[in-house]
Amino acid sequence: MENTSAQISRRNFIKLSGMTGAALTLGFYLPAQGKEATIVNPLDNSLSTELNAWISIDTTGKVTITNHRAEMGQGSFQSVPQIIAEELEVDLNQVEIVFGVGNNKKYGSQVTGGSSTVRGSYKNLLRLSASAREMLIEAAAKKWNVNKAECYAENGQVIHKPTGKKLGYGELVEQASKLEPPKEVRLKSPRDYKIIRKPLPRQDNPQKVNGAAVFGIDFKLPGMMYAVVERSPRFVGKVQSFDDTETKKVAGVKHVLKVNRDVFNNMYEGVAVVADNLWAAMQGRKVLKVVWDDSAFPHYSTEQLYGKLRETVKGEIISYRTKGNFSTAYEKAEKKLEAFYETPYESHSCMEPLNCTAYVTDDQCEIWGPIQAPDWIQGNLSAHLKLPMEKVTVNMTFLGGGFGRKAFTDYPYEAAMISKEIKAPVQVVWTREDDMAVGPFRPGMVYHCKAGLNNGKINAFETKMAGQNMGQQEPGADKKGYNDSVTEGLLEPYFNSFPHHSFGDAPLDSPIPVMWWRSVYASTNGFAYESFIDELAIEAGKDPLDFRKQHLWEERYQFLINKLEEVSGWKSRKKNEGYGVAITECFSSIVGEVVKVSKDANGKVKIDKVWAVMDCGWYVNPDIIKAQVEGSIVMALGAATKHATHFKDGLAVEKNFNTYLMPRINDIPEIEVHIVDNEEKAGGVGEPGLPPFTPALTNAIFDLTGKRIRVLPFNLDEV
Amino acid sequence: MAALTLKINNKSHTIEADPKMPLLWAIRDLVGLTGTKYGCGIAQCGACTVHLEGTPVRSCSIPVSAAANKNITTIEGLSNDNSHPVQQAWILEQVPQCGYCQSGQIMAATALLKRIPNPNDKDIHTAMQGHICRCGTYPRIRKAIKTASQLMTKNGSSK
Repeated sequence: MENTSAQISRRNFIKLSGMTGAALTLGFYLPAQGKEATIVNPLDNSLSTELNAWISIDTTGKVTITNHRAEMGQGSFQSVPQIIAEELEVDLNQVEIVFGVGNNKKYGSQVTGGSSTVRGSYKNLLRLSASAREMLIEAAAKKWNVNKAECYAENGQVIHKPTGKKLGYGELVEQASKLEPPKEVRLKSPRDYKIIRKPLPRQDNPQKVNGAAVFGIDFKLPGMMYAVVERSPRFVGKVQSFDDTETKKVAGVKHVLKVNRDVFNNMYEGVAVVADNLWAAMQGRKVLKVVWDDSAFPHYSTEQLYGKLRETVKGEIISYRTKGNFSTAYEKAEKKLEAFYETPYESHSCMEPLNCTAYVTDDQCEIWGPIQAPDWIQGNLSAHLKLPMEKVTVNMTFLGGGFGRKAFTDYPYEAAMISKEIKAPVQVVWTREDDMAVGPFRPGMVYHCKAGLNNGKINAFETKMAGQNMGQQEPGADKKGYNDSVTEGLLEPYFNSFPHHSFGDAPLDSPIPVMWWRSVYASTNGFAYESFIDELAIEAGKDPLDFRKQHLWEERYQFLINKLEEVSGWKSRKKNEGYGVAITECFSSIVGEVVKVSKDANGKVKIDKVWAVMDCGWYVNPDIIKAQVEGSIVMALGAATKHATHFKDGLAVEKNFNTYLMPRINDIPEIEVHIVDNEEKAGGVGEPGLPPFTPALTNAIFDLTGKRIRVLPFNLDEV
Repeated sequence: MAALTLKINNKSHTIEADPKMPLLWAIRDLVGLTGTKYGCGIAQCGACTVHLEGTPVRSCSIPVSAAANKNITTIEGLSNDNSHPVQQAWILEQVPQCGYCQSGQIMAATALLKRIPNPNDKDIHTAMQGHICRCGTYPRIRKAIKTASQLMTKNGSSK
């Protein structure tokens, strides 16, 4: 098997993209963190091997882009080409996108998390494609011997305005590739966009309706073995001994071996069964006997965990952000309110269970899989295998969902260790039960909120959060540090409008591994904050939307609230209808949602409709944004009303979809999404639609029934 | 181990398999058609749905021996050029996000439309509620099935 270098030189890139002959290849080179990218032409630049070969135009005019981010459903395969095609002045059909490989040095951070693909790189992408366009114009002007100011680019051609002469990009690339990229380029005004901001269909969808798209689990190598791993069901348990007598009798089973998995630098243990087909490996695992040493840590149950959380949230907290004097202002307040909110542990449960293919030889390592963070994996494996970075290649396939779980390095690590041991390529597949019960999970949280009202407005506001800190899981982590994520999800202007406030956390030490789950802390914080603000509005005797409007006086927020009011018909609601609103902010986007509920013929609460207003600033594709908000709402609905991970005797209880119940098509109300057009900088799209749904729903249920829901999940049929 | 014949998408494949092996793994790993997906292994999610003699079944929960010599259709057999009205509707309504569950969703929708050419929401919910989509494409699936129904009526086709 040929193992290509992770460093894509210009030649490699052209080969990778299936292009021949001369080409104009441009990339941006990131000189140092925080500085603006330098756009360089690799032909005459000694830095070419470190260059991120972003776009390449061949002699037929075809444009190829390397996507350095994961495509896990969020649409980077569509939004990145749309950005490029706009400033390059080509038809979107001329642009092809290929998967990049993990290389932090080249691409900068590639971790597809924090809704960052577009908001992190769009300015560089615009400048890059505008630079290529200007070079092509210059090449044409030189060929015609005319002033380049008389030339412009359109639809993959350079046109000489006075004479109407035309040259296609393909005819210009060779000449253009010899030019210096311009120092400065003028970017279009959003008003003049022809491709950006249009709901163009996704380019990856044709292969997702006929079975052709290759996900990690579909990837195959010649001579590849399959493995499943019996992992410690109590997370950090150790293998005391194992008996593989019966396992080795299963036809097809080739190896049984102990394997480690690196979970935040803690070595979790398991026993791998390797066979020449997956079914045989699974059969072998069924008869494998492992004795675990589980003596070194507490075997928590959900009741014990939440008992501890409820206790710690009332005690001392680690302060993160304060203003004024909360205690005094609270004591003196005209009206006081206090509430506790609880959110459960959750599994990511991507539809594609975790899997990874690895081939490790003495001097190199190559990885293929559904991966959100290829550069982290490259770094992790380079360190553990003691191989130079360029000898570790991490390839991304399509991801069957990610939601944060696939930004983690444990499953590629485990696959690499098995391959190293058996000296053959191997695909490790997690069963659904492994995927759901092994973690990491979204951490369970308990919030204690207190506030004082004066003249119908919030004068003092305090939130204490108790739960596992995702940043304190490595051995030797400083557990005294505050968790700055305690305010994630809360609208930024509230810090100005609450004269006295205090936010802090009480971390919980637990052997349960935890990790980002779509919209991370905002996914749970949002429920506490926006439920409590609703409770305060009721306490103040105000309409919940008007109450928010009084506290959020900035124009951007007023616009969003007015839009919510208008599209949802908030003021013209009928009797027997419950309306609830919630607005949250995360990853630089603000999303407001209104939920309408009523009772069905049997007196059960049903969700009639959801309206969402998304303000993500500068954006690319409105249809992808709508799809992401719809999906976020569905995922929130599941976590609010359907599923949770419980623990009993240190083990996860829910292991498959028969107990970890998912929302189904018949649970889904009509969803209407509106996008705000403004000049703000680009915010995230994949996650910010999730946090406001649950509080908007529970606020609507309160509006309809007078029943306040403070603990998740709850059963909609039993409200 | 036994020699079995699988008739998939009008093509015969002879395989050597443990007769108890679920049809899913035979299709994916022995025949090499990977469009049919593994999601749960216990017939809860629908990602592995194929047609057996025209009826949608969960291939993760049927032993390969029970499917031998019968007509099996997988997502790859729907059309070779995305021309099936359900595939067209899925693209028109931009249904897929990650796309992993969509093979199963499409196979279920195809079977529904064969049975009920003009389904209402209730028909759609009944036929599709065995299928999980974690990306939450449900509103678009609902819409796409209606679009496919219109395309079929327009084409006078009910394939």
